[in-house]
Amino acid sequence: MTAATHDDHHAHGPEKGFMRWVTTTNHKDIGTLYLVTALIMFFVGGAMALVLRAELFEPGIQFVDPAFFNQMTTLHALIMVFGAVMPAFVGLANWMIPMMIGAPDMALPRMNNWSFWILPFAFVMLASTLFMEGGAPAAGWTFYPPLVLQGGNHLPFAIFTVHLLGMSSIMGAINIIVTVFNMRAPGMTMMKLPLFVWTWVITAFLLIAVMPVFAGAVTMLLTDKFFGTSFFNAAGGGDPVLYQHLFWFFGHPEVYIMILPSFGVISAVIPTFARKPLFGYSSMVYATAAIGLLSFIVWAHHQYTVGMPLAGELYFTYATMLIAVPTGVKVFNWLATMWRGAMTFETPMLFAIAFVVLFTMGGFTGLMMSISPADLQYHDTYFIVAHFHYVLVPGAVFALFAGTYYWLPKWTGHMYDESLGKLHFWLSTISVNVLFFPQHFVGLAGMPRRIPDYAVQFAEFNAMSSVGAFVFGFAQLIFAYVIYKAIKGGAKASSEVWEGAQEHGLEWHLPSPPPYHTWTSAPEIK
Amino acid sequence: MFSRFSKSSHRNRQVDKHELEKANARLVWRIVVIVALMFGFGFAVAPYYDSICAYWGIGGRPKGPSPNIGYSVDESREITLEFVTAVNGAMPLAFRAEKAKLKIHPGQYYSVKFYAENQSDKKLVGRAIPTILPISESSHLKKVECFCFSEQVFEPHQEREMPVRFVVDPEVQADVKDMTLSYTFFDITEQTQTNQ
Repeated sequence: MTAATHDDHHAHGPEKGFMRWVTTTNHKDIGTLYLVTALIMFFVGGAMALVLRAELFEPGIQFVDPAFFNQMTTLHALIMVFGAVMPAFVGLANWMIPMMIGAPDMALPRMNNWSFWILPFAFVMLASTLFMEGGAPAAGWTFYPPLVLQGGNHLPFAIFTVHLLGMSSIMGAINIIVTVFNMRAPGMTMMKLPLFVWTWVITAFLLIAVMPVFAGAVTMLLTDKFFGTSFFNAAGGGDPVLYQHLFWFFGHPEVYIMILPSFGVISAVIPTFARKPLFGYSSMVYATAAIGLLSFIVWAHHQYTVGMPLAGELYFTYATMLIAVPTGVKVFNWLATMWRGAMTFETPMLFAIAFVVLFTMGGFTGLMMSISPADLQYHDTYFIVAHFHYVLVPGAVFALFAGTYYWLPKWTGHMYDESLGKLHFWLSTISVNVLFFPQHFVGLAGMPRRIPDYAVQFAEFNAMSSVGAFVFGFAQLIFAYVIYKAIKGGAKASSEVWEGAQEHGLEWHLPSPPPYHTWTSAPEIK
Repeated sequence: MFSRFSKSSHRNRQVDKHELEKANARLVWRIVVIVALMFGFGFAVAPYYDSICAYWGIGGRPKGPSPNIGYSVDESREITLEFVTAVNGAMPLAFRAEKAKLKIHPGQYYSVKFYAENQSDKKLVGRAIPTILPISESSHLKKVECFCFSEQVFEPHQEREMPVRFVVDPEVQADVKDMTLSYTFFDITEQTQTNQ
């Protein structure tokens, strides 16, 4: 390259001011944007959950009318899934994957910028439905027809929001796959990739496989409503159950899209604080891939009550139970990693251990519901609400907390406030159980989900649940404050941050905070 | 694992930057093809789903009339067939069967009358969608004549008698004692007007 005429050393630092964030193509900036957006949406979605829990504190209708309650249920789910959990993991991926594999940036930096900046417009569009005649979408995040087709003007806005979010996710997924496949440092073979990178690669494949199916399904809703097609309209020869098949063909992989990167985070945190290498690395990779593949063939376990031939019920029961095998491999590998480790219990490790215990509990209730005859009792009760909140809140969200505390000193260059972190952990862990554990009981006793009122026999457990919800919600302000404080200052973090962490990943060989451009000359892994 | 690596790699990334960009572009296009195929797959599922449901006669797919074949009547067996009628949404139609239940022998043809009355001052166009339970036996209930094969037009306040002629073929599983034939009427007045 003797004819290189342009200066390769032009941009070492970020631009100044607001435009830095609008025009940035730097993976660290975009990671920060994703993470901050996710945190804001976490509070927005959380506030909506508190509206629900306030209404459910006592039997009867106190604060909101049932129509608004339904809108809050729907928006809470959409915002938490697509606005908080997914962008937060994309943010972690953006920050960490290039640093972990020794790449200077993501493979497609401009597309990276675009996939982030779609999000704010999508969420403004979704939020605008709150001010429309007929209000926001209220048929649940699953958008089942024919109910969803009977709403007000919100439907096309909600569907276009889904299209935009889908485009954003697909572009993010493409970026991650291309980065990991083509930009690894020399010597960084696939079977040396940190598990967080592996889980994200598999997640990215799930995203590109199912997001387009969901986009197609909601497009069919749109044409059914406005262009006279009959995909889901029985009068025209369609079938609303077809929508459920399409939705859950997306929806089941989608729940793994939210949990697989969590597995990656936990697989990074536990070895560091147990001071041992991850037990069974290759079995972890294969287990993750197996979970990813199985996620495509179990969708109809969400539809047992719709009616299904006996052979179908048996198949979906057994296929679903099969997922417990690779998941069990992962849980036992984490336990084996901790076994006889020199463990210390800093905040990331506390959240990781809580994740292992509480996620496994959520997994067990999932196994209960995989049994089709038993599911008839659990279906659409608070038991399922308790199940998926156990795997998503002390599951995915705790993994996000663990990852944030773990990498925050790397990102900011400052140690976070450990005692505030521990306070956040204990408040969150106790309150999340007060919040969701009683929901198992009311669910088994028959309290239906998505209803603003309930029989008085459920009053005590619901009051407990609501108290837990408010404590959990306000405890998250501590989390926001800890992050703010670490950005503003604090004890200087070394490049290794955690004792012995350099054994576990390339990111700990970079200074804290890392310079704007890292690994501009590739490390060579021995 | 990552404690030993050389930071002194002088491999200049600029050298193969062009190669890398080409490789990236190739991979991006491959993934975009997968995305496009999966988007198409969602739509391709619809006709397959329809044909599977039509084949098994499940999910309310109105099958066309069955040929009038003579079966050997199995008088040793008796199945209780229940008739269920419903209207979708707020369609102003009073819809009922002449009887709630009928005891039948497999292989024998029966006729049952259904009645529907338009209770509004406007012309109604309706379409009845059948469901047969148990799902696994639904293909054994064969209709020679049914109002569900076509659109039904009701003049204001008109009451109409609509016969269904059917047979349960003797192939029906031996342990089946009860079956249900259910019809739901859908209001398609608006669709038919916009289409005409």
